[in-house]
Amino acid sequence: MSKILIIGATSTIAIATARLFASEGNDLYLVARNSEKLDIISTDLKTRGAASVHTKVLDMTDSEQHEDLIKECVDAMTGLDIVLVAHGTLPDQSDCQQSWDKTYKELDTNCLSILSLLTSCANYFEHERNGTIAVISSVAGDRGRQSNYIYGTAKGAVSIFMQGLRNRLHDSNVQVLTIKPGFVDTPMTKEFPKGPLWAKPETIAQGIIRAIKKKKEVVYLPWFWRFIMLVIMHIPEFIFKKLKL
Amino acid sequence: MSDSRYRSWGGYPRAEHEIHKLHWLTDSWPNYLNKPLLPFGNGRSYGDSCLNNDGILLDARGLDHFIHFDTESGILRCEAGVLLSEILELIVPKGWFLPVTPGTRFITVGGAIANDVHGKNHHRNGTFGRFVNQFELQRSDGTRLVCSPPENQEMYEATIGGLGLTGVILWAELRLQKIHTPHMNVESIRFSNLDEFFELSEESNDLFEYTVAWIDCLAKGDALGRGFFIRANHATELSSDPPRSPGRKPGFPVELPFSLLNSYTLKAFNLLYYNKQFLRRWQGTQHYEPFFYPLDGINHWNRMYGKAGFLQYQCVIPHEHGKEAVRNILNEISRARSGSFLSVLKVFGDISSPGMLSFPEPGITLALDFPNRYKKTFELLDNLDILLKNAGGRLYPAKDARMSADNFKHFYPNWEKFSQYIDPHFSSSFWRRVTV
Repeated sequence: MSKILIIGATSTIAIATARLFASEGNDLYLVARNSEKLDIISTDLKTRGAASVHTKVLDMTDSEQHEDLIKECVDAMTGLDIVLVAHGTLPDQSDCQQSWDKTYKELDTNCLSILSLLTSCANYFEHERNGTIAVISSVAGDRGRQSNYIYGTAKGAVSIFMQGLRNRLHDSNVQVLTIKPGFVDTPMTKEFPKGPLWAKPETIAQGIIRAIKKKKEVVYLPWFWRFIMLVIMHIPEFIFKKLKL
Repeated sequence: MSDSRYRSWGGYPRAEHEIHKLHWLTDSWPNYLNKPLLPFGNGRSYGDSCLNNDGILLDARGLDHFIHFDTESGILRCEAGVLLSEILELIVPKGWFLPVTPGTRFITVGGAIANDVHGKNHHRNGTFGRFVNQFELQRSDGTRLVCSPPENQEMYEATIGGLGLTGVILWAELRLQKIHTPHMNVESIRFSNLDEFFELSEESNDLFEYTVAWIDCLAKGDALGRGFFIRANHATELSSDPPRSPGRKPGFPVELPFSLLNSYTLKAFNLLYYNKQFLRRWQGTQHYEPFFYPLDGINHWNRMYGKAGFLQYQCVIPHEHGKEAVRNILNEISRARSGSFLSVLKVFGDISSPGMLSFPEPGITLALDFPNRYKKTFELLDNLDILLKNAGGRLYPAKDARMSADNFKHFYPNWEKFSQYIDPHFSSSFWRRVTV
């Protein structure tokens, strides 16, 4: 059985993944901002078979707390095997273009808070010489587009940070998994019209579990996004800049 | 928003809705000042009882958290958007089963209560509502009522079978049934006419927990009402070669522009199905999934009926006139050169239903489905209503898209009493249609 820390535990993808972890009888430590929602999730996961569920209310942009968070989590579960980072927001691109304050806030939530947490996690796992760091990035981080480049910047930075971390922790036997979902039908994307490319959170959750078990490094979810992004990445910049994407 | 999720299972009628998704018991509702509200579960009601044309649907499927499961006593508490399939995944490995389940497991707990659903064991257990210890109901004025037989009893009785009109069920507590294995000991017996069906029912109801029959609605004359009688009990011991769950499902990925069902395919299916079993009697062990949910094995089987959709007709007729009325109904269908793809017959037991508007009552229930050929189909069903009314029977609102207001009021004389418990800001396409 594994001891698993989930950040942003009330996000839809995190819930779907936590349910699969719970049904396998793992120990869970959940972090989110809203204590009422954490309670609902916690009883749900206990009922579904989690060996134990611990919760902590924390705003992840409070990076001074990260070092202590890892310590508390390790104490509570007497160890830590997997960290899944799933918190985030979908910034309003046009609002961000008008305001650096808003842009900074979004970068803080979707990027800096993650980098700070990963700094503490990486040191812990490097010392333990074992463990898994899994972070939900996004296909949006693969290439900047006018409709979504603040989010893309945050996710792109996370992906590159993870790349470096993977290189650094390779010798310490630590799995560093970058998860890049495409369109997922969650409350975060409720304003978007849904089409055939949209996936259910449960599908993404199964992909995450599979990628962790198979010791993958980077995974696109669902799988076909690897090919969509391959095409998008290969469009020459002088053409790409003219596209309305 | 004309999202295909917010349709009824029969695909008729269509409706336009504003959608508001509920994910947390703590979520607030939208401003509902000028539009009626209706909770929506998983869209498995066939007609328009789950639709609210030009109104707001409160999509409660997101209320999908478990709250407590006592594996000793078999008491389960969960939010109302949890599917029966999700409950089964949790409880079957622990030796428990649903005390009542309809023919699909893809319905929410809230929907099961709001339609007071029944299953193949009605003669033993009655309806789903009988196993609901308590639930919490949220009304549009913000009040929350815990309802159970001792507490808010009338609201409890109005909400069970209340078609979602009394408020949103937030969570419910259910009493489960103990099982020893996930398997079923099943017997399937071919019968050659209606009289044999009634004899088989009589002899089986005491010995078998589950009984149901499929009938070949195209057979005429002496063979009228021929079909298969299926009866089963939960297996108490694991067999040496245990059957397994069927796994991945085929299905209809898109809606077809036309119906696959016409008089030729219908004839072929009924003939093949009736003759599929070489022996008069087949006995064997089945996993519970194909036994209880044969159609769940085909994703979106309703799409086989094409764009126009289909109409279900499920009625119950008191024993007194039961045999004769079933015979008359089958004759009328045959006379109209129409036919039902799957026709199901079952004898209900005497256990009374807890809901004010619950459908089941002692007698014989017949369920038929017809591809929607508009005027032709509607005329036939209107004729069936006359036969049904004369025999003292009634129709199942969860499957209806067309019964007249007069007939509804005749079938459910309790409707006025029930109306007092409707939330003042709630309504549905069905309710507006049957109470004009």
